[in-house]
Amino acid sequence: MKIIQLFGISAFASLAFLGSCKPKGTETAVSGDAAEKVYVAPGKYDEVYNFVSGGFNGQMNVYGLPSGRLLKVVPIFSVNPENGYGYSEETKPMLETSHGFIPWDDQHHLELSQTNGEQDGRWIFANANNTPRVARVNLKTFRTEEIIELPNSAGNHSSPFITENTEYVVAGTRFAVPTDDMNGDVPINSFKENFKGVISFIGVNKETGDMNLSFQIEAPGVNFDLSHAGKGKSHGWFFFSCYNSEQANTLLEVNASQNDKDFIMAVNWKKAEEYLKAGKGRKVKTQYAHNKFDESTQTATSKMEQEVTVLSAKELKDICYFMPTPKSPHGCDVDPTGEYIVGSGKLAALIPVHSFTKMLKAIENKEFAGEYDGIPILKYESTLYGEVQKPGLGPLHTEFDGKGNAYTSFFVSSEVVKWDIKTLKVLDRQPTFYSVGHLMVVGGDTKKPYGKYLVAYNKITKDRFLPTGPELTQSAQLYDISGDKMKLLLDFPTFGEPHYAQAVPASLIKDNQVKFYNIADNKHPYATKGEAESKVVRQGNKVHVYMTSIRSHFAPDNIEGIKVGDEVYFHVTNLEQDWDVPHGFAIKGNQNAELLIMPGETCTLKWVPKKPGMWPMYCTDFCSALHQEMQGYVRVSPAGSNVPLTYSLNNKADNAKSPVKTAVTK
Amino acid sequence: MKNLKFLVLPMMAFAMVSCGNDKPADASASTSSTETSAATTETSASSESGQYDPKRGLGKYDESNVDVSKFDAAMAAEGKKVAEVKCASCHKPTEEKLVGPGWKGVTTRQTPHWILNFISNPDPMINVDPELQKQLEICLVRMPNQGLNDTEARQVLEYMREIDGAK
Ligand SMILES: [Cu+2]
Repeated sequence: MKIIQLFGISAFASLAFLGSCKPKGTETAVSGDAAEKVYVAPGKYDEVYNFVSGGFNGQMNVYGLPSGRLLKVVPIFSVNPENGYGYSEETKPMLETSHGFIPWDDQHHLELSQTNGEQDGRWIFANANNTPRVARVNLKTFRTEEIIELPNSAGNHSSPFITENTEYVVAGTRFAVPTDDMNGDVPINSFKENFKGVISFIGVNKETGDMNLSFQIEAPGVNFDLSHAGKGKSHGWFFFSCYNSEQANTLLEVNASQNDKDFIMAVNWKKAEEYLKAGKGRKVKTQYAHNKFDESTQTATSKMEQEVTVLSAKELKDICYFMPTPKSPHGCDVDPTGEYIVGSGKLAALIPVHSFTKMLKAIENKEFAGEYDGIPILKYESTLYGEVQKPGLGPLHTEFDGKGNAYTSFFVSSEVVKWDIKTLKVLDRQPTFYSVGHLMVVGGDTKKPYGKYLVAYNKITKDRFLPTGPELTQSAQLYDISGDKMKLLLDFPTFGEPHYAQAVPASLIKDNQVKFYNIADNKHPYATKGEAESKVVRQGNKVHVYMTSIRSHFAPDNIEGIKVGDEVYFHVTNLEQDWDVPHGFAIKGNQNAELLIMPGETCTLKWVPKKPGMWPMYCTDFCSALHQEMQGYVRVSPAGSNVPLTYSLNNKADNAKSPVKTAVTK
Repeated sequence: MKNLKFLVLPMMAFAMVSCGNDKPADASASTSSTETSAATTETSASSESGQYDPKRGLGKYDESNVDVSKFDAAMAAEGKKVAEVKCASCHKPTEEKLVGPGWKGVTTRQTPHWILNFISNPDPMINVDPELQKQLEICLVRMPNQGLNDTEARQVLEYMREIDGAK
């Protein structure tokens, strides 16, 4: 009670102080040359790729900066009718889980791969918050190549954060839950004894990017929130913010805010690796899906893994330490030198900064304040470098510009605050419209930030854009941070609810783009390499159509003899070998989706006709002046009828060279 | 009259070429950036001298780097395979027009270098070649760049020569 009252007073004081510097309109916030600074002339490229989480739409959205132009929507955890992701037979396995096919998720954070603590532009990792998963997107193709499910977890929030050579992607559970080999059918009030907070370490293959769940650490049942790896001198360590050290299980906004301080958990992952090698882990029987997209067969496969090795933080005393951090810490950010670990207490009116050097010393000198569920708690004063006093209200996330400055977002006071890491003095503050969540500086969580631009991702946008009914767009705000004062340059709408984002200079990614798939390398089992190979094959009630598309026709473009009760698989190969010439494929009444087939690629659409008739199919992507002519028919007859299965292309009566062909029956 | 014609043609070529050069993004968008930039350089070179050579076309192939003195049956056989994957959807080996013109007779109408340049990187030539402009008015589909490499282009040429009776 006393704490709440105290907090209330300081909140009021800060608000009053901040209120004065919040402008009434954009007139005062935007300077005259802002438009010039974000103008990217037609034919010119943006300077930076900005990868923005799609929140509850499950996708990743790619924007150009400084223009704020949307370049691409990459489906990761949600089906996408635009290109058939999650609908086509090839991509359905990507969304398999131990619970079966899950067509959506809540995508929160993104992390670009790094080498030596610097961005290397190879892959970007994404988390699914609801059904815990981590995905890898290849930045040569902007396609999701791999998704791995996480056992013993629920609410995969503190992920995916990576070590400085992408050795590991980590994922800390938001919900403490009984582990998968325990009986989960337990009373909720047995929380303290039965619930655990498990952290996953996913190994990443240096060459291929392939992921595997290397090990997990079983920690006390708290809620892990966010995370960042150590870098440079703190390489080998990982830091996780957590809340609900009260281990409450109801009305958390009150009951999980009792303690003056929660924790940042420091994990010595090099030490954990040693214990793993020494066989100190417990093999936990579980099930989790591991899905991979193979570029050569253009097909995903889903494998169910059966076991994971879990290390106990309670038993192995020197892998985890708790650093007390006020108050319900959210962001947990490591500066470019790796020395400073910035915690952001959502409910705190200050920003605590821990020192890695002091932390090591405190561990060495056993400066413990006690134990929490078997984990040593370091003394607050022993690890604390200092506190930024009165920075604003509701600090959430901090990023860095590589010039000794930190930038923290404040949800409650709706602003971005720039402060000096060494002196902990506030240097500048700029309002956001409205309630900012995450923010991002280009390369801001690496050893060498690119700096220059900061983007704030706002949760609420009343008054900012043309209204669209009760639901308004989410938004991002671009700031120029190259000078002493931050300058607001641009507002632009975003999808879903944007969370953490990443950005990288375009030069690191732009020139590596795959422009088409070489048809000679197409190893899809149902590929049709050339029209001469196109055919229709019946196997019982399954009909496989080996179809090709090119500007501006399908082969075959007429099929007869399909019967109600058949399962028809259209395996469409796009014969084009040129950049930016996908073809679409759609058929009337299909309950699935459409396809969008890249040049040189094969995609499969399953179609189960329900009634007899003539069913048109066509290309959905305007591909040439004769795109409208790119169409055909499928004739469906009643079940049991004896219409022969035939197919044709160009079967004019006066053209004996292209006869109607009879389909093969196997 | 003769002089006038001489003057008009290069000017036309210049106009079209410079139009192409105004689109750097488009140029780098083509299949192979090295090939395209080579073609672009040649394009501007020929525009400076004010000439598009309708016998050679635009591109890297000419007498100096392609020897077509002897017909190669083995290459023609390979070329047929390439064509079946990449070309047969639109072209027949007969005179019959499909999406594009039939191939029969093409080696009698165009030089080997013109054919090689065109089939390996069609876009820049479609923009400037008078014959191709006429063809486009009939077919209405720009020939897609099918990503033929040097060997494949050469093999397809031999296949075309075979169709026209080369032995
Ligand atoms: Cu099409």
